[in-house]
Amino acid sequence: MLQINNLTNAIDGKAILKGLSLTLNAGEIHAIMGPNGAGKSTLAYTLGGRPGYEVTGGSATFDGANLFAMDPHERAAAGLFLGFQYPVEIPGVSNLQFLRESLNSQRRARGEKDLTGGEFIKLAKEKAALLGLDMEMLKRPVNVGFSGGEKKRNEMVQMGILDPKVAILDETDSGLDIDALKIVGAGINAIMRKPDKAVLLITHYQRLLDYVQPDFVHVLAGGRIVKSGGPELALELEREGYADVVGTELAA
Amino acid sequence: MIALALPTWRDEAWRYSDFDALARVWPVAAPTRVTVASGETTHRHLVQDAADGATAIHDYVIDIADGAACHFHVLNIGGALGRVTLDVTLGEGAHFELGGAIIGGGHQTLEIVTTLNHALPNATSQQTIRSILAGHSTGSYLGKIAVARGAQKTDAAQSVKAMLLDRTATANAKPELEIYADDVKCAHGATVGELDKAALFYMASRGMDPVTARTLLLQSFIAGVFDSVADEDVRAMLETAALAKLEALS
Repeated sequence: MLQINNLTNAIDGKAILKGLSLTLNAGEIHAIMGPNGAGKSTLAYTLGGRPGYEVTGGSATFDGANLFAMDPHERAAAGLFLGFQYPVEIPGVSNLQFLRESLNSQRRARGEKDLTGGEFIKLAKEKAALLGLDMEMLKRPVNVGFSGGEKKRNEMVQMGILDPKVAILDETDSGLDIDALKIVGAGINAIMRKPDKAVLLITHYQRLLDYVQPDFVHVLAGGRIVKSGGPELALELEREGYADVVGTELAA
Repeated sequence: MIALALPTWRDEAWRYSDFDALARVWPVAAPTRVTVASGETTHRHLVQDAADGATAIHDYVIDIADGAACHFHVLNIGGALGRVTLDVTLGEGAHFELGGAIIGGGHQTLEIVTTLNHALPNATSQQTIRSILAGHSTGSYLGKIAVARGAQKTDAAQSVKAMLLDRTATANAKPELEIYADDVKCAHGATVGELDKAALFYMASRGMDPVTARTLLLQSFIAGVFDSVADEDVRAMLETAALAKLEALS
């Protein structure tokens, strides 16, 4: 579904990704782990199309189309979802309005009809309940006054409502206590563990992977994937540290 | 009758105006007088949506008697020069509230100029102004607050925020305080900013098209201005007119 080939990029002229290749097939969950500064968030933002994250080489193909030829909102309409490490607060715009406009923008881009107010509320209620988020929170301005955990849960509610084909989740586990981690993990499984979907989990820690079992684990260091394996690789990293597994010079 | 001389930029209250546009209608008509009797509350609103290239000057002189209140809402969006001035005198314990929105594009000059005379003790005032300026437009808010000797316990607040959509647009915000009493609160805050790029990317990442995202952010920026409009139909009318102008800008 998503094929990344020899991707290089630069921020303010500084190279971050240095030839990253990765393929996500339908039905697969991949985890990317790596030390601070390895380029994990940069990979997420570059795939999402954040301004300032310039692609300098390589390619990314999403369902056969050139991902980098699309604007960020077109990537979303094509089925890409980016879960933010730091979800953005938007004072004055309610979650419901934000999501309804987003979903209907996507639907129009795909040639589908807008959801009516009633249809949308029904969908929002169902997904909020799945993630244990109070419907009242969805009436409040986007992420304003939300705790770290509530913001992450809200990201997953959004993912549930938008129903993407591929989700790239950037440290969705950071800032979560154990209970919230379980709920978010169960949410990811319920929404995304399907034969026609794929997930790229970006995380520092193994603990999210206890709840969302990855099929593949990759280590990102120095702007490249330096090691790939099965779920056991995450346990090895947790036990031994990045330096021992991938070498000191890459982990630095 | 004495012919009034055309103001110049040396006149403080006209510093940022468009004098060519002004000359076409000078001298202007006498101001509209609003008197609020003791203990009463009045609600006024004005939509200044003059035709393209026109000049529209709306001057008000407002007297708010002891214990009375006046809520004034202004949407200033039309013409080459659109200028709204409010000269307000507050009695003892009186209250004045202004919610003003300026939305300009092209080469428009849009102004809200207020003078609040807190003449007697215990009066309160609250002014909220939001401006959205595109193209080569200029939006100005000049707000003078004069607190007379003996007008103790005056509480006067101004909140002024402007959003520039293009580098070529200009926002002016000038509070002017003249205080002759020693037990008063006069708060004023002014900011000038641009659309939040992080919010725009967040919205795009959820699939929202750029025009919708921008309009939604701008709507939320001015949303609070008309919250205190008592009549729901009037509030809806003001919000609809503001939205139509915002959409015409993008």
